[in-house]
Amino acid sequence: MVSVVEPLSAPLELSFAYTRSLGPTLGPFMTALAERRILGVRGSDGRVHVPPAEYDPVTAEPLTEFVEVADEGVVVSWTWLPAPLEGQPLQHPFGWALIRLDGADTCLLHAVDVAVPVDLCTGMRVRARWAPERTGHIRDIVCFEPADTPRAPVEPAAAVPPVAIVTTRVDLHFEHTASAQESSYLLGLQDGRLLAQRCPQCSKVYLPPRGACPSCGVPTEEQVELPDRGTVTTFCIVNVAFLGQHITPPYVGAYVLLHGADIAFLHLILGCAADEVRMGMRVEAVWRPRAEWGPALQNIDHFRPTGEPDAPYDTYAEHL
Amino acid sequence: MTDVAVVGFSQAPHERRTSGTTNGVEMLVPIFREVFAATGLSKRDIGFWCSGSSDYLAGRAFSFISAIDALGAVPPITESHVEADAAWALYEAYLKIRTGEADTALVYGFGKSSAGDLRRILALQLDPYLVAPLWPDSVSIAGLQARLGIEAGLWSERDMAQVAMRSRRDAADNPAAQLAKSADVDELLAQPYLADPLRVHDCAPITDGAAVVVLANADRACNIVENPAWITGFEHRVDSGQLGGRDLTTSPSTSAAAKAAGADGVEVAELHAPFTHQELLLRAAIGLSDSVRINPSGGALAGNPMFAAGLTRIGEAATQIMRGTARKTLGHATSGPALQQNLICVMEGRA
Repeated sequence: MVSVVEPLSAPLELSFAYTRSLGPTLGPFMTALAERRILGVRGSDGRVHVPPAEYDPVTAEPLTEFVEVADEGVVVSWTWLPAPLEGQPLQHPFGWALIRLDGADTCLLHAVDVAVPVDLCTGMRVRARWAPERTGHIRDIVCFEPADTPRAPVEPAAAVPPVAIVTTRVDLHFEHTASAQESSYLLGLQDGRLLAQRCPQCSKVYLPPRGACPSCGVPTEEQVELPDRGTVTTFCIVNVAFLGQHITPPYVGAYVLLHGADIAFLHLILGCAADEVRMGMRVEAVWRPRAEWGPALQNIDHFRPTGEPDAPYDTYAEHL
Repeated sequence: MTDVAVVGFSQAPHERRTSGTTNGVEMLVPIFREVFAATGLSKRDIGFWCSGSSDYLAGRAFSFISAIDALGAVPPITESHVEADAAWALYEAYLKIRTGEADTALVYGFGKSSAGDLRRILALQLDPYLVAPLWPDSVSIAGLQARLGIEAGLWSERDMAQVAMRSRRDAADNPAAQLAKSADVDELLAQPYLADPLRVHDCAPITDGAAVVVLANADRACNIVENPAWITGFEHRVDSGQLGGRDLTTSPSTSAAAKAAGADGVEVAELHAPFTHQELLLRAAIGLSDSVRINPSGGALAGNPMFAAGLTRIGEAATQIMRGTARKTLGHATSGPALQQNLICVMEGRA
C-alpha cells in the first residue's frame, strides 16, 4: 500500500507576451495615443464610444466615423484599491474609475492617482497623465489625475507612423500541486526507485501513476516498484534543431515500456546510432550521478540498449 | 423533441484551498460516485459527457483533458468541454438530449481557484486591447458597478450587507458551504472597505470545488428519480463586451433570458451573484417578487467554485423540486465581468 504523503507542490511561473494586430478601428486609436490624442467612434445612435467600439453594440455595423475627444473628463463611478496588484497602472494605493471624457458618451476604465479615497468622488474632473515615451498602447496613458493638477510643460506631440500591433506582457503565478500518487512517484525517484501504481479494478500498472485509472475512473492505491529496464514500443528520430535543444541531432525520442508496466513513457535513447533503434529493442536506464538526483524523471539521463534479443511484437502490441 | 429533466446533483465541499491537483480528479471522483449511487446509474448508462473548466485557472493548456481520468473513459465515450462555467456545458448537454442524440448526460464543472491569483486571472477575460493590459481586478470592477447602483438609489450598503447576512446564515444548512454564520448587519457595516463600497462580506470567497448534474430524457427520467426536475425553459444571453458602454446598473441579458425561459411564478431562485449588489440587481432584472425564496443554499457568497458555481445553482434549484419542497424553481449562472453573460434554467415538478 502507499504511504500517505503530503502532495508535492511547486511554483509554476507563466509568462508570455501577447502580440495582437489592431485593425481599422483600434489601429488609429492606438496611433493617436502615441500622439497624445484620444479618438472615439460615432455609433449608429449618434453616441461617441471611447474607447472606440469596432462594431456598433446595437446594430453590429462596423463603425468608421472617428471623433477626437478631450483628454479630460468626469468620473462616473470609482472604487479604491488599498493594495495594488502586479501589473496595474500604479503601485501605490489608487482609485479605479469609469471616466467619461469630454465629447464622449461612454466610459473609459482607468486608474486615478490621488493620495486617499476622500480625494476621489463621482463627478470630479480628471485628466490623462501621458507617458513620456509612447508606443501606441493603452498604457500610453499612465493614469488620470485631478484636472486641476498643473499640466507639466510638454513638447507638442509629433505625428507617428500608423501603429498596427500591440504587445502586452502577461505574467501569472501558480502553485502547481502533484496528486498524492504522483507525489509518491516523484519522492521515489529521489531515491532512485521507480514507483508505479496498480488499478484496483483492471490491475493495470501506471508509471507515472495518475490520480485515477483512466480506464476505470477509480483512484489507484497499490504501489508497485518497477525495474529500470524495459522495451522500446515506438520512437522517432529527431533531425531538426530547435531553440533550447540540449543534444545535437540526430537523436531518438522513444516510448519506453518498463517491465511490469502497462503504460509507456517518453524518454531519450542513447548509446547506439540513431538508425539502430527499433521497436522491441531492450533498454536500461542510465542514471545521472546520485548527487544530481531530485524528485524528477530527469534523474534518468537516458536509456541505452542492453544487447538482449528484441522483445516479440506481441509483448508490447497493446501498448502502441 | 423530448423533454429533459435534471435527475441528479452532487457537489464537492467548498474549500478555500484543497491539496488536490488542478485536474479536479480528487474532487470529481467522490461526487461521481455519489451521483451514480443516488441515481442508480453507472458510467455505461451515460450517453453524453460535458464539462466546464478553465486553463487560465490551472495555468496549463488542455488541463481539462486530465480530468477525464476521473470518468474512466473506456470503452470510448462521447465527450465535450466548454471553457466556461459548467452551466453552459449543461446547456450543450440539454440540446444533445433535446435533439435525440443522447438519452442521458452527465455534466460536471470544477475549479481550483486557489492555484493562482484569482483577481488577476479574471482580468484576462477583459478586452485584451483596451482593458486587460491595465489588469483591473474582478473585485474592483464589481466595486465600480456597486457604486453606480448606490448612487442611483437602487440599493444601499445596508441592503448589500443584508444579502450577505441572509446568504451566510442560510448556508448553515448547506454541508458543502465554505462560509456559514454571519454577524449582524450593523457589525458588517462597521468593517473596513475592501474595494470601496465593497467590504469583504460583499464578495464571494475564493473557493476550490466541483459539481455534477445528471440529465435524462422523458423516457428515462421517471425511472431514475421519483420527482425529476423538468426543464421548461433554458436560455442564455450576453451583453456588450464594452464595459464602459454598458449600463452596469441593469442586466438586459438576464432580463431577456428570464423572459424567454418563462421565469414567472418561480418559488425559489438560486442566483449566481458573486457580489451582494449583483443579487439585488439580478432580482430586479428577472422581476422576482419579495415572496420568492432566494438562494436557500447560501449561494455563491457562501462558496464560489469557479466554473462550477453556476452549475451548482441549477443543481440546488433542481434539488428543491426533486425533494418536493418546491414546484417551480430557477437556477441562474453568470460569467464575465460585472454580469456580462447570463443563463437561466427554469425547472418544474409534475408530482
